[in-house]
Amino acid sequence: MDEALQGYRGRVREALENAGVKVGDLVRIHGGSETYEGILMPRIETADDTYIVLKLRSGYNIGIALEDSMSIERLRRAERPQFRPPPIPETKPNLPRVSIISTGGTIASRVDYTTGGVRAAISSRDLLSIIPELSDIAVIDADILFSIFSENMEPSHWSEMARRAAQKIRDGAEGVIITHGTDTMGYSSAALSFALQGLPVPVIFVGSQRSSDRPSSDAATNLIGSVKAAIEAPFAEVVLAMHESTSDDSVAFHRGTKVRKCHTSSRYAFRSINSQPLARLKDGRLEMLTDDYRRRGVDELVIRDRFEQRVALIKFYPGFDPGILEWLADRGYKGVVLEGTGLGHVGSKCYPPIKRLIDEGAVVCMTSQCLWGRVNMRVYSTGRELLRMGVEPLGDMLPETAMVKLMWALGQGEGRGEALRLMRMNIAGEYSERTLYEKGET
Amino acid sequence: MDYRSLGLKIGLEIHQELETKHKLFCRCPPRLFKGDPEYTFKRRLRPSQSELGEVDPAALFEFIHGKTIVYEANRETSCLVEMDEEPPGPLDEEALDTCLIFALMTGSRPVDEIQVMRKIVVDGSNTTGFQRTCVVSIGGSIEAGGRTYGLEQICLEEDAARKVDEDDETIRYRIDRLGIPLIEVSTTPELHSPKEAEEVALAIGRLLRATGRVRRGLGTIRQDLNISIEGGAQIEIKGLQELELISKVVEYEAQRQLSLLSIASELRNRGLSPSDLKEEFFDLTDLFASMNSPTIREALTGGRRVMALRLPGFGGLLTRELCPNLTLGKEMADRARAWGEAKMILHIEEFSRGDLSDEELSSILSKTMTTDRDALFIVIDEEERCRRSLQALLVRAREAILGVPSETRAPNPDGTTRYTRPRPGAARMYPETDIFPIPITPERIERLKAALPETPQAKLRRLMEDYHLNEKLARQVIDSVYSEFFEELAKETRASPTVIAVILTETMKSLEREGVRVGGVKEEALRSLFKLLGEGELTKEAIPEILRWISANPEASPEQALEALGLKPISGDELRLLVKKQVEENMEMVARMGERAFGPLMGIVMSRVRGRAKPEDVQLLLKETLKSLSS
Repeated sequence: MDEALQGYRGRVREALENAGVKVGDLVRIHGGSETYEGILMPRIETADDTYIVLKLRSGYNIGIALEDSMSIERLRRAERPQFRPPPIPETKPNLPRVSIISTGGTIASRVDYTTGGVRAAISSRDLLSIIPELSDIAVIDADILFSIFSENMEPSHWSEMARRAAQKIRDGAEGVIITHGTDTMGYSSAALSFALQGLPVPVIFVGSQRSSDRPSSDAATNLIGSVKAAIEAPFAEVVLAMHESTSDDSVAFHRGTKVRKCHTSSRYAFRSINSQPLARLKDGRLEMLTDDYRRRGVDELVIRDRFEQRVALIKFYPGFDPGILEWLADRGYKGVVLEGTGLGHVGSKCYPPIKRLIDEGAVVCMTSQCLWGRVNMRVYSTGRELLRMGVEPLGDMLPETAMVKLMWALGQGEGRGEALRLMRMNIAGEYSERTLYEKGET
Repeated sequence: MDYRSLGLKIGLEIHQELETKHKLFCRCPPRLFKGDPEYTFKRRLRPSQSELGEVDPAALFEFIHGKTIVYEANRETSCLVEMDEEPPGPLDEEALDTCLIFALMTGSRPVDEIQVMRKIVVDGSNTTGFQRTCVVSIGGSIEAGGRTYGLEQICLEEDAARKVDEDDETIRYRIDRLGIPLIEVSTTPELHSPKEAEEVALAIGRLLRATGRVRRGLGTIRQDLNISIEGGAQIEIKGLQELELISKVVEYEAQRQLSLLSIASELRNRGLSPSDLKEEFFDLTDLFASMNSPTIREALTGGRRVMALRLPGFGGLLTRELCPNLTLGKEMADRARAWGEAKMILHIEEFSRGDLSDEELSSILSKTMTTDRDALFIVIDEEERCRRSLQALLVRAREAILGVPSETRAPNPDGTTRYTRPRPGAARMYPETDIFPIPITPERIERLKAALPETPQAKLRRLMEDYHLNEKLARQVIDSVYSEFFEELAKETRASPTVIAVILTETMKSLEREGVRVGGVKEEALRSLFKLLGEGELTKEAIPEILRWISANPEASPEQALEALGLKPISGDELRLLVKKQVEENMEMVARMGERAFGPLMGIVMSRVRGRAKPEDVQLLLKETLKSLSS
């Protein structure tokens, strides 16, 4: 839509067009005994065609219902705001190099106080001017790979991310940071955990649950923590860094294959499931929480960045229509991850299509919608039946990780047998050997 | 003072908490909690950068202090919305109705569609770093002292968290108050005297209470004042809680601005311009370390430094009084403390003879090249704080040459004010995109119009008719925070409405003047107090003493007060005996004075019963007894 009258529709748009005014202009609206003066604001997407939004001199916005008798007059054209970049902190060339790859979301941004619009920081310069603390920790090399909402991420984006991260590592980065919208960040961190093998340095996904134009944003804490970890952390894995709790004093580093977004809005939305975070950064100090991690080293980095897209993640529920599985078979799906009930069950009505999928060469795996705990298909007859058909139990692997892994395993293009072999291997910590007691959330 | 010729202009902003079932943007009850919090969490705020690359001056001021903010909460009074862990819910309709009712009562024009805004506030009092606020109506007017004053606008906003503690590293807030709906009523800046300001504030408060939908009690109403004089600057004085202080604050502020203008012109006459003041700080630590004064040596422990700033041409001005209890020197030190947080900030004229010997003083002056024509500030604390404090002093001294700096200030109990922070820039308000705009339909306005509460004028007439109050008392009731409560009591209890009215207004006021904290007496206690009075379980004469006792024991009931004070009413027989005994003990006087002994005897008996019997009863018995003697 035309930016000049952003969001305005129907008769209001027509009236504004006729008056020759644009968003940002100082206008006077006159009707009856009432006169309003203010700057014309954009209108939100969902709005109707009744109101005009003005910013009054006091700074407040109000909506005015347009009536036919009203006149609209432009008093002054919009003034393009002059951006005066604040001083950039001095870069300290002897510090280690860290690459920041941006894929969307706004980990660092400026707010346009007139419209409320938020603009992401584009360059390293921009980033440093907003979070100057970074220049004391590292030499930052920042670039933008995509600018998309995380719900629009596709497996092809995972491949591009993997290649860009690999390039940064080969160029000598001590660590790579990927900023990402939080909704599907767990899927991406799993994907890169499989796509980047033999990592010599950490690759850290980071996001924020409060956007960075807000004073209370968690973005700066998470980003500063990630840059510190990119340099100091002893691990060389794909991890995801977010607030550990509601407080701003602690960032948790979760293994890329074990992490899941478990809350719609809180800062502490990400949780390690069936495992614990690898590390936490609290009050500026990095603390390892386990000894079980891949060390930084001199391994040969290998990129395996192909993902098979004909893989589905299917949640079973009472009343589930087995026709859904038939449809997948009809469409030639190569893999299905079932999110079964309890220890790994689906209703017996699903047996025929599952059998058909396997007979036609697809890989069918089982995870549990319980999330916590591992599947065990030997306890009840349903499980045993599914095992007999060739359904592959995936232990304590997260359903989403299982789906990403199956896409990746099938993406290697070496057939069903090789894919199954890969699914059984613990490649990036997606399986834990032991199930430990966890105290309930306090 | 002739305020008109000074060009005094005052604008008022009255903030009043609304009585609603829920907070403004979530379904939490609008209540505070006592005792220990169930949980706490730590946050930091950073100012956001605007598209222009600018950071708001007020936001920057708060950020440089870099303090950690600790929030206290419990689950009864707050949820994830107050914690800034969940987006806000829809605007509370009940609160909006109250604002619209007030708008209709003042002829303020409701907007067609409400747009909720975010106002940047990064002192930690809002977990988000901004306050959500919206304009509900524009214009309108209010009557006060026989005149009509214009209203600028009426806003609905969320109250902030309440600060419970602050030290060098952290600020603690409790988030129970955060999100309680507030109405903000702003007048146009056309009030021209302290008296007008007070009258208009009173009138707005009265009309707010007339809606019957606002919270009562301490701290539920707060006044902000915008004050300027011709040639001065706009000064925002925030958070005044006592109505009685308004006229004094205005008076002092006008004096302060006038004095600052005269100092500025004197400094310019001395040939000074801001660029003459240089950022050149002296380190006097070694010099001070060798001094004899134990006070000074103690101030220097823990690696503290002594640093100084010379202000050439400022000689003799720092002791100049700006208004009662405020000198230029103190004003400047306030600024330095706010920015630099140094513990000790003194100018040389403040050192007492006992602290410095003549030689010591002259060595300080010579080291800093200070003459009689100059002033010298000395700051003692860690180096970083010293520097920040001296920088703030330098900025403030340059402003003194130019006139009155525009600031946000806070009131002190004596009516003076102190610097709190720079005034926020214009660009600190932007749309709250998480809340959809709210249309105000004609149907809604019609519905509210049909049931507007009675105006204070109508209420005055009604109180006089229904409860037989005289006009003065009826007015006092309307102006008091208990105006609705009065009617509840008059209906629920058998106590005389006039007595209830006198106690709720005059008695309470005079107790308050004595320093009794009657504001802390709960409505429940008052309710049972009047019930007892109505049932003849106590006398009205006993009430001041009971209120005094309950103020000191806020959890106790009036029954307990009666018990503790020994104020249970005397039974008829007991009283008869008591009267008889007093008469008998004073037989000589009765014999001497005859019927004229009634007056003195009445006084003697009343002092014995100490409020445990009605004077009418005593009078009757005494007359009877005297009569029986003479017959």
